[in-house]
Amino acid sequence: MAAPRFENPIVRWIDYRLPVFTFMHHEMHEYPTPKNLNYWWNFGSLAGFMLIVMIVTGIMLAMHYTPHVDHAFDSVERIRRDVPFGWLIQFIHMNGASFFFILVYIHIFRGLYYGSYKSPREILWILGVVILLLMMATAFMGYVLPWGQMSFWGATVITNLFSAIPLVGEHIVSWLWGGFAVDNPTLNRFYSLHYLLPFIIVGVVVLHVVALHTHGSNNPLGIEARGKQDSIPFHPYYTIKDMFGLGAFLTIFCLFVFFAPDYLGHPDNYVPANPLVTPPHIVPEWYFLPFYAILRAIPDKLLGVVAMFAAIAVLFILPWLDRSPVRSARFRPIYRQVFWLLVLDCLVLGYIGSQPAEGWYIHIGRLATIYYFAHFFVILPLLSVFERPRPLPLSIGEPVLGGGSPPPRGAGGTGAMERA
Amino acid sequence: MAATADGAGGDGVTRRDFLEYAAGGMGAVGAAATAWAFIDNMNPAADVLALSTTEVDLEAIEPGQAITVVWQKKPVFVRRRTEAEIREAEDTPLDSLPDPEADADRVQKAEWLILVGVCTHLGCIPLGQKDTDEKGEYGGWFCPCHGSHYDTSGRIRKGPAPENLPVPPYQFLDDTRILIG
Ligand code: HEM
Ligand code: FES
Repeated sequence: MAAPRFENPIVRWIDYRLPVFTFMHHEMHEYPTPKNLNYWWNFGSLAGFMLIVMIVTGIMLAMHYTPHVDHAFDSVERIRRDVPFGWLIQFIHMNGASFFFILVYIHIFRGLYYGSYKSPREILWILGVVILLLMMATAFMGYVLPWGQMSFWGATVITNLFSAIPLVGEHIVSWLWGGFAVDNPTLNRFYSLHYLLPFIIVGVVVLHVVALHTHGSNNPLGIEARGKQDSIPFHPYYTIKDMFGLGAFLTIFCLFVFFAPDYLGHPDNYVPANPLVTPPHIVPEWYFLPFYAILRAIPDKLLGVVAMFAAIAVLFILPWLDRSPVRSARFRPIYRQVFWLLVLDCLVLGYIGSQPAEGWYIHIGRLATIYYFAHFFVILPLLSVFERPRPLPLSIGEPVLGGGSPPPRGAGGTGAMERA
Repeated sequence: MAATADGAGGDGVTRRDFLEYAAGGMGAVGAAATAWAFIDNMNPAADVLALSTTEVDLEAIEPGQAITVVWQKKPVFVRRRTEAEIREAEDTPLDSLPDPEADADRVQKAEWLILVGVCTHLGCIPLGQKDTDEKGEYGGWFCPCHGSHYDTSGRIRKGPAPENLPVPPYQFLDDTRILIG
C-alpha cells in the first residue's frame, strides 16, 4: 500500500527519514481485521498489556529489593510496609503474575477451540508456546525471590527435576545451584535471570505479532477473510473493543489487588525460608498445578519429569497432530465436545495437583494424565480422519448478508479453495 | 596433481576451501572455549567447594532418638537405632528393595545410622527425626512432598524416590564423637 500523506510537517519530516508513522498507519489503520471477532480475541492484547505492567512494576520493585538470603525476605516485607506505595506495586506484581497466566491460558484455549494453530499460523502458534515456556521460567524464578518457605522448597523441587537426567543430572543441578543446595548463589542468579527473561519475552512477542500480521487474525468461523466486505480496519473498531475489555479485566484484577491480594498465594510463603524443614504440604503456584499433577501421577522419577515436559512440548507439534482441514470447532461436532473434555481434564489435573499424593487422588491423577495425552496423540489424529465437519459458510459476510450458493463439498478452512 | 594458479587440485578442492574450513574450525573451537568460561562460571565457586567438615557429639543421644546436623548446607540425620530397628533393617531380604544394599554396608557401628537427610526424589527433607513425626510404613522416614517411604536403614521402600538416602563420608573420632566430611 502506498505511504499515507501526513498533515503535520514534523511527522512528515521524521517519516521521510524513519518511517515509523507509515508503519503505525499500516499496522493500525489499514491492517484489515476480520469483522466477526468475538471477545475471546481480546486476550492477546490483554496479555501484552500485562507484560508491560509486570515490567514496570518489576523495575520499581528492583529498586528496593535485596537479593541476599539474609535480607531478601525482609526487603520484600519492607517494600510492603515502609516503601511509599510499595504495597500497591508489590501486590500488582504478585497478582499480576497470576492474572498474566489466566489471560494466557484463556488465549491458548481460544486458539485450541478455533483452530488458530493451523496453516498458515503454525509458527505464530509455536512462538506462543515459546512465550508460555519463558513465562513459566520467569514466574518460577520470581517466586523464589521473596525467599519464603514455598520459594525455597519450590526452587529445590523444581531444580531437582534435572537430577532425573541420567549420568549428568547431578552435575547439572549443582551447576544450576552454584553450590550443594539452593542457597545465596542460586538466589542471585535467579534474580539476574528474572530481570532478563521478561525482555526476551518482549522480543518473542514482537515476532509473534509479526507472524500474526502476515496472515491476519483467525476468526470464529475459521475461514479466511475474503475481500473488503469481510474485514474492518483494526483502528478504531478493535482498539475500542480492546479498551472496553481492558476496563472489564482491570475491574476484576483490582478486586484482587485491593481486597484479596493474598487469595491466590500460599500462607507458607510468609514464613522465611528454612533449609532444614520442608513444609508438610508443598504446592507450586496454581498456574503450575496441572503439570505438577502429571509429574506426580507417574511413579518413576525420570518418566514423571519427561511426562511433565512432554505435556507442554506436545503443543509444539499440535498443528501436525490435528490434520482436520476445518479450523473452527463450530463446524466440528465431535471436536467441540472433546475440546470441553480437555478443559475439564486440565481443571481436574489442577485440582489433583493441589491435593496430597495419596489414596484416590493418585488414581484420578493417573486417569486424567492418560486422558490428557490421549487427547493429543489418539483422539485428535483419529478425528482428523473420521469426523464429518459441518458445511462451512462461503464467506464471513455470507451468514449475515445472505446470498451465495451452498458451500462446495469438502471445502475446508485450510483447503485450496480457501486460498484461491 | 600439480596445483594450478588458483590452487585448485584435480578434485576441484581449492586452497581457499582449505583456508575457509581451517579458519571456520578454529573459530568454532574458540567460540566453544569461550562459551565454556560462561557455563563454568555458574558452577560452585572455590569458597563454596572448600570442603567443610562437621563434628558431632553423640553423648546425649538416647537409643531411638535422632538429631539433625548441618554439613555442607545439607541436613545430616544421626539416628541411634534400637535393637528392634537394627534387626528389622538387617533381616530385610535384599530382593525386596528397589535399590538393594545390605544394612551392614550402610553403617560403621550398627547402632549409629548416619545419612544425608535429603530425599533422593526431588530434594525435600523427609519427616521422622522427631518422635511426633510420621515415620512412614517402614518405620524410618517419610517424605511428605510426593510420598516416599524409607526404612530403618534409610533405604527407599515405596514411592517415587529412586535411591536410598546416601551415607556421607564420616569417621569415629572416639566412641562418642564423629567427624562428617
Ligand atoms: C514476565 C513478567 C514477569 C513475571 C511473570 C513475574 C513474576 C514474579 C513473581 C511470581 C514474583 C513473586 C511475587 C511474590 O510472591 O511476592 C516476582 C517477584 C519479583 N519480580 Fe517479577 N515478574 C515479571 C517481570 C519482572 C521484571 C521485568 C522485573 C524487573 C526487574 C521483576 C522484578 C521482581 C522483583 C524485584 C521481585 C521480588 C519482590 C517481590 O517478591 O515482589 N519482575 N515476579
Ligand atoms: S521429594 Fe521426597 S518424595 Fe518427592
